[in-house]
Amino acid sequence: MSGCCDGNVERYKELQAYIDGLPDKKGRLIGVLHKAQGIFGYLPREVQEFIAGALGLSVAKVYGVVKFYSFFTMVPKGKFPISVCLGTACYVRGADDIVSEVEKILGITVGQVTPDGLFSLDTLRCVGACGLAPVMIVAGRVFGRMKPSDVEGIIAEYRAKAGDSEKDKACEGVCCHG
Amino acid sequence: MINLNIDGKYVKVPKGATILDAAKQLGIEIPTLCHLDLHDLGVVNKAASCRICVVEVKGRRNLAPACATPVTEGMEVHTNTMRVLNARKTVLELLLSDHPKDCLTCAKSGQCDLQDLAERFCLRENRYEGGAQSTYKKDVSPAIARDMDKCIMCRRCETMCNDVQTVGALSGVNRGFNAVVAPAFDMPLEESVCTFCGQCVAVCPTGALVERDYSWQVIEAIADPDKVVVVQTAPAVRAALGECFGMEPGTLVTGKMASALRQMGFNYVFDTDFAADLTIMEEGAELLDRITRFLSGDKSVRLPILTSCCPAWVKFFEHQYPDLLDVPSTAKSPQQMFGAIAKNYLAEKLGIPREKLVVVSVMPCLAKKYECARPEFAVNGNPDVDISITTRELAHLIKRANIDFMSLPEGDFDSPLGESTGAAVIFGTTGGVIEAATRTAVEWLTGKPLDDVNFTALRGLEGCREAKLKVGDLELHIGIAHELGNARKLLDSIRAGTVEPFHAIEIMACPGGCIGGGGQPYHHGEMEIIRKRAQAIYREDEGKTRRKSHENPDIIKLYEEYLGKPLGEKSHHLLHTHYFKRHKI
Ligand code: SF4
Ligand code: SF4
Ligand code: SF4
Ligand code: FES
Ligand code: FES
Repeated sequence: MSGCCDGNVERYKELQAYIDGLPDKKGRLIGVLHKAQGIFGYLPREVQEFIAGALGLSVAKVYGVVKFYSFFTMVPKGKFPISVCLGTACYVRGADDIVSEVEKILGITVGQVTPDGLFSLDTLRCVGACGLAPVMIVAGRVFGRMKPSDVEGIIAEYRAKAGDSEKDKACEGVCCHG
Repeated sequence: MINLNIDGKYVKVPKGATILDAAKQLGIEIPTLCHLDLHDLGVVNKAASCRICVVEVKGRRNLAPACATPVTEGMEVHTNTMRVLNARKTVLELLLSDHPKDCLTCAKSGQCDLQDLAERFCLRENRYEGGAQSTYKKDVSPAIARDMDKCIMCRRCETMCNDVQTVGALSGVNRGFNAVVAPAFDMPLEESVCTFCGQCVAVCPTGALVERDYSWQVIEAIADPDKVVVVQTAPAVRAALGECFGMEPGTLVTGKMASALRQMGFNYVFDTDFAADLTIMEEGAELLDRITRFLSGDKSVRLPILTSCCPAWVKFFEHQYPDLLDVPSTAKSPQQMFGAIAKNYLAEKLGIPREKLVVVSVMPCLAKKYECARPEFAVNGNPDVDISITTRELAHLIKRANIDFMSLPEGDFDSPLGESTGAAVIFGTTGGVIEAATRTAVEWLTGKPLDDVNFTALRGLEGCREAKLKVGDLELHIGIAHELGNARKLLDSIRAGTVEPFHAIEIMACPGGCIGGGGQPYHHGEMEIIRKRAQAIYREDEGKTRRKSHENPDIIKLYEEYLGKPLGEKSHHLLHTHYFKRHKI
């Protein structure tokens, strides 16, 4: 658990406090992984080792569960995570074309992050905005009735934003874990 | 008792039995794949995931897995209806649809449960051919080769590694066609907590997990005119090798094995049993030393002494109990003691440099492959034991050399590293090492010959055992554990102080000890085979004229001529070792 920056020490503390608060540690792995992903944004190796130690499980077991469920990720999210809904309503309105378009523009596939750490791409199940299908979410903001041709502009907008805030890049989100 | 009817035959079985158990009683062989039940050893895999064992139960809509369905009174079961056969065929076709078809060059060919099933079902084509073919990275460690493209996700290996051994090196990862079993972060097994006990290999029904094969290196060494090649064979090998040639489990083939090795062209045919006697001299002396010091009030003495002849157990405590590295005996395993004596004493006697001598070991074990590659067991890069092969590899080598094993005469081992006592033979089974040590330590303590060398209290197949032996005024408290999970239980209870203090504990990683080792002929889940091997070991002991290690004349000579005394300077240098802290991932 080598905290590479103060933010990480705080994060581990928060996770430890959550685990300490559990009435018992049996059968809690999935809950703890959810919590950890919430705190760290993803589940790097060190975090999995930490959880295995804290719950008295083998690291292989923890890794097995992380790899089994698609909502757990070992890849850090981008500064602006992009999620495309693949629920039924969005799907029938061509959500997979949106995914392909994002993949084409960013040069990454689902589950990956751009080399500059700005964007990551994920897919979601129905987010409850079927009226707006197909739906894409960028850094928490919902874009509805998406057409493939809209993607380019949205991404450009966030690229510009990133340029503005170059100075406070620090170690937000993407930490120095290799 | 419960009455039921299977395929028109009535049968009575105890409550809690499964349809599979009941069918077995009737001689009806329902095929299984994921199921594994070595009940007496606590090894049970109840994944019920493969569904190859499905049967029709009257009154139930769905087919039921026989391995996981308990019997009920009046049940009517059909194991071979059209519907059942169709379902089985579908399961098999799906399993094979993404399975590599390289049986011709697969290490498991002829021993593979999946191949057997395909043969049994006469599959000549596959409706699901061309399914997604995974191509998983192969992983080869010094002891084990993993080819996850051949994994059928029966999860038997996980049961062994996680539940039985509590090592936790393996876990199922991914889903669907990509599902495999892997160490954490897909790291190579060699970098993980794996102990190389080989129990995952022993139970894998396919070629997904196999031993790393070194048999070709043996052929090359024998063919090299510049080398003197010697071989040592572990005690458990002679009690199982015959199985590879169709002999009854529990047949002793010591003499035939020696003849086969000679015919294969080894320059000297020696015996690891010799080194087992040597181990007892050193470990027995260590035990005695610690006990006497303890009784005289020395508080720094570490008791209980833990045996150290199982390299999987050694690696286990290095990872799991790094704070207890000074508790186990420092004596090397018999394999490594043999290597050290061969590359020094024997090489000197033969007047050749150690580099000219090739030491091959035949072991029931995969961990020994790893052990002989540990850097501390080499001098200037030249290992004490050059090549370690398994019982299975030896059987293959014998067949490759066109030797008709069954008609071989009873041969003998060579001198001076071939002589052994009954105490050495029993190293091959759980409880044997500590019984051998007791035979010697008690005589040393009392100065009187034993009335009876059979310490039957130390025998059996229970996972954790203990016994108290009266020796003069002293009551020796001895513990025995086989399977690493049982070892963990015992160690944890000692730590927690919930058990009476022990003086000595024997630990073996494999179920039943080395007779159930990861390098033995596949038992295919049959408990009886392991039991019969154990009986064979005790038979061999009983047939020996000398049954106490310290009475082995060649051992006595070795100390006189070369080593001095047990725990002496030369012994310390050649026959003892030290342990390393290892990480827990
Ligand atoms: S060799 Fe033993 S410790 Fe290693 S993965 Fe297999 S069962 Fe686990
Ligand atoms: S590696 Fe072998 S034992 Fe393990 S799950 Fe795959 S097929 Fe079964
Ligand atoms: S019990 Fe025997 S066969 Fe098994 S790992 Fe230990 S030494 Fe090897
Ligand atoms: S399906 Fe996409 S929001 Fe409901
Ligand atoms: S053997 Fe019964 S489900 Fe696999």
